[in-house]
Amino acid sequence: MLAYIVRRLLYAVPILIGINLITFVLFFVVNTPDDMARMHLGMKHVTPEAIAEWKAARGYDKPLLYNEARDGLQRFTDTIFFEKSVRLFAFQFGRSDAGRDIGYDIYQRMWPSLAIAVPVLVFGLLANITAALLLVFFRATYVDTLGVVLLVIMMSVSSLFYIIAGQYVIGKLLHLVPISGYDGGWNALKFIVLPVCIAVLYGLGSGARWYRTLFLEEAGKDYVRTARAKGLSERVVLFRHVLRNALIPILTGVVVILPLLFMGSLVLESFFGIPGLGSYTIDAIRAQDFAIVRAMVFLGSVLYILGLLLTDISYTLVDPRVRIS
Amino acid sequence: MPAKPWGWMLARWLWLAMLLPLTACSERPWNNPYPAAEDDQNILYASFRERPKHLDPARSYSSNEYLFIAQIYEPPLQYHYLKRPYTLVPLTAAAMPQARYYDAQGREIPPAEARDGSRPVAYTVYEIRIRPGIRYQPHPAFARDASGRYLYHDLDPQRLRGIHTLADFPETDTRELVAADYVYQIKRLAHPRLFSPIFGIMREYIVGLDELAARLREADREMRAAGGTYLDLTRFPLAGVEVVDRYTYRIKVRGKYPQLLYWLAMPFFAPMPPEADRFYSQPGMAEKNITLDWYPVGTGPYMLTVNDPNRRMVLERNPNFHGERYPEEGEPEDRAAGLLVDAGRPLPFIDKVVFSLEKEDIPYWNKFLQGYYDTSGITSDSFDQAIRVSGEGEVALSEAMQAKGIRLVTAVNTSIFYLGFNMLDPVVGGYGERQRKLRRAISIALDFEEYLSIFANGRGIPAQGPIPPGIFGHRQGRAGINPYVYEWRDGRPVRKSIGEARRLLAEAGYAGGVDQETGRPLVLYFDVTAMGPDDKARLEWYRKQFQKLDIQLVIRSTDYNRFQDKIRNGNAQIFIWGWNADYPDPENFLFLLYGPNGKVKHHGENAANYANPEFDRLFEQMKTMDNGPRRQALIDRMVDIVRRDAPWVWAFHPKGYTLYHAWYHNVKPNLMANNVLKYRRVDPQLRQRLRAEWNRPVLWPLGLAGLLLVLLVLPAWWSYLRRIRRPALVSGRA
Repeated sequence: MLAYIVRRLLYAVPILIGINLITFVLFFVVNTPDDMARMHLGMKHVTPEAIAEWKAARGYDKPLLYNEARDGLQRFTDTIFFEKSVRLFAFQFGRSDAGRDIGYDIYQRMWPSLAIAVPVLVFGLLANITAALLLVFFRATYVDTLGVVLLVIMMSVSSLFYIIAGQYVIGKLLHLVPISGYDGGWNALKFIVLPVCIAVLYGLGSGARWYRTLFLEEAGKDYVRTARAKGLSERVVLFRHVLRNALIPILTGVVVILPLLFMGSLVLESFFGIPGLGSYTIDAIRAQDFAIVRAMVFLGSVLYILGLLLTDISYTLVDPRVRIS
Repeated sequence: MPAKPWGWMLARWLWLAMLLPLTACSERPWNNPYPAAEDDQNILYASFRERPKHLDPARSYSSNEYLFIAQIYEPPLQYHYLKRPYTLVPLTAAAMPQARYYDAQGREIPPAEARDGSRPVAYTVYEIRIRPGIRYQPHPAFARDASGRYLYHDLDPQRLRGIHTLADFPETDTRELVAADYVYQIKRLAHPRLFSPIFGIMREYIVGLDELAARLREADREMRAAGGTYLDLTRFPLAGVEVVDRYTYRIKVRGKYPQLLYWLAMPFFAPMPPEADRFYSQPGMAEKNITLDWYPVGTGPYMLTVNDPNRRMVLERNPNFHGERYPEEGEPEDRAAGLLVDAGRPLPFIDKVVFSLEKEDIPYWNKFLQGYYDTSGITSDSFDQAIRVSGEGEVALSEAMQAKGIRLVTAVNTSIFYLGFNMLDPVVGGYGERQRKLRRAISIALDFEEYLSIFANGRGIPAQGPIPPGIFGHRQGRAGINPYVYEWRDGRPVRKSIGEARRLLAEAGYAGGVDQETGRPLVLYFDVTAMGPDDKARLEWYRKQFQKLDIQLVIRSTDYNRFQDKIRNGNAQIFIWGWNADYPDPENFLFLLYGPNGKVKHHGENAANYANPEFDRLFEQMKTMDNGPRRQALIDRMVDIVRRDAPWVWAFHPKGYTLYHAWYHNVKPNLMANNVLKYRRVDPQLRQRLRAEWNRPVLWPLGLAGLLLVLLVLPAWWSYLRRIRRPALVSGRA
């Protein structure tokens, strides 16, 4: 197991270098260092000298990937790509192009993201499983048919609709919670209730349908028929046998997204004014702050790789038949 | 314990649902986003859309940054809050500085001779005396121990370990504002690592600023090589700016530059105590985000006490504020509008201003209607809900807004949007009669009255020239119309007919949209930034306007960076651009058409690359003149030249609409002043009462939803019970 984990971690290094390179190329295809300087210096009265000085102060005055003016290895190391990338592997994100400490900002912003993402995961999982079990219990009845139709409708509606309708009905018409905003500590509760409910509701359509499929597949297996033949009640069959076995793909599906919970939700955070990492990334893209974009893409990639590794490990834990080598 | 019957459970839930509304009797609304402790406090609630990039007065140049720092930093001058046209008055200065003129030999020139241009002015000197007794806000940079040594100017990593924000420094102190602080800040404009946006302009005028920048660049390089972090600007003299005495300093500019007074009302020229610069420059501070760009230090009515731009920023009353009084005079209608009720009362009125991050329009608008923001603009989405336009085109608040006591103020912004022709382009550019007629024909065809009606809900006025209303040089009425595009009919300007435009087009050699020389259809290119769904309709409108003349318009859409490149390199043909006034002087608009300010050749702000020697000559005369009939005459000639040449289609001056609640007072749009929060007043008791009234929780839909859920679940439950009680085999069938 340990050898497997080490091997997987070593595989991650070239993947991360590749991702970093792609991010770098994509970013600089759209934004030149001059564009970045102009964006940061403002639109009025920007002189070429100021642009040159801004670039020099931040190391953007070097060639992007290959420095012809240098010799040997320095042709590759004395470049923007190398200088901006190498520290990432030590998780030193450095400072944003606007001068802020990125590591500190990420630390500050991951808590609001988690405050939304964790309840959404937990309550979403419960809601999806409950709805799916209900439909499986009433399979081939009008409840199942209507339920599936409803779920298809729910998954076809844009998340923006849920957000705007939720804010309108719950916040504006019923005056039950603040429409948007955020606060620290326990005061955050009143701000996260609505986004969490909306996110759970929005995820219900696709989540419950998928889980229903998993449960139905299990419900048709021989051991379930045997359990019924033993005279077990349908409730016992579903909860003790079907649910337990169907949980394997559900759990592994959850494990893979666990590390990504830190990354936040782009749309939800923006509409509810939640200062999480999702809005941090979007703001950085808008401001052409390459340092933040690069750090967030790198962090996202690391967390995704970590999630996949955890998934593999969790397989061995929940299904004794699986062995990794 | 026996299981309770489901009927009993249902009854219990219904009973709970009925009780819920009773809990709503609590006065405090559930949806109040602010802490209960703030309920009846003298606080103003506002918002910001994005994190301000800079709070350093040498770098800030955006309205969203001025929103904060203009309340904190105090330059020597300010704009009178109520008077129009915009008038400069002293802020920290004891009096308005008077210009003294000198020739190249250093002999003083009498003002009258300098103004009428009879003797050439080599230098102008402004001497500014500030009022004694003004003190800075409490700040750790000023804190000293018993022996007089600064407590926090030599921090080592060990002492910095527990420091995360400015509030973590337990000791603060203040000191008196002195003239040297203003001089220090002017030197900062030349600092090699600050990239002040106005350095490029000021180096042309302030004597010695360019040389100072070169010396600072060199010194900074040496200092950094030696591992230093603080460049002590007090060691570097600036020839054109000097301290005369403790409260007086002098600025020497090349030639005449009366616009300097306007700059002296902007935060660029606010004081900066060297102690603060030194404090923030210590090693390890920037890594903790403790910088001058993040924590301002000023003498103004407010100080920034919470800077969490991810969530909220808070300004609180500066306990050391020197005091100022509400103006006692204004425009004639100000008294009737209640704007002089507070005349003579000490400022500021509001104790605290809370800015919350609000990125989207819809939540902001809804929270404004609930009373959680004190003021709001109007987006296109909410326009119909807020505004009612009568048949005569008069604008009034909708009944719903009036019922809430909401009030409306409008003002034409001191800005202009225009459709520019690249004058370097072989088709639309150039100064021949053919090109002029083509541009004039297009100017007539582009119906910006229709544009404003469709896309801006009428919020704007069609522009007749480059100078917006409210700026000296703008002419109203018949004298102010662009005679090449409009006619004066029935007491108002009427756009010339499309037939007239076609005639001009034919005279230009493009009759019926066909180039008479080549026989090819006239195809023009409109360069725009990447378009979203909203822009599509707008661009289609432009295409249709050109179609009126049978001209094919090709939209070349690109991202903002590439668009900027095209403009800089002169590769755009027709484009949309805009300008917002820095100060209320016609020079700030006419310089956009000044030849030596051309974008391609001189990297200036003249995006159309317009260059007319006569216009340039008049501009050079006009820019240093005092406002008066002679200056107006020159401006009239210049405006006539650019109307005739038509390098821009003068599109429109946008009109700002602001809504504010009944508890918010002293609201008068001042498009030049940014330090207006000190004049505003709120009535927190009225706000609290109305908030409670408007936001009572409505709970019956929840009860109804619960009931519906029960009704839905009941048949399923019944079906479930029937299923588990059903025998596996029915007797008699086996």
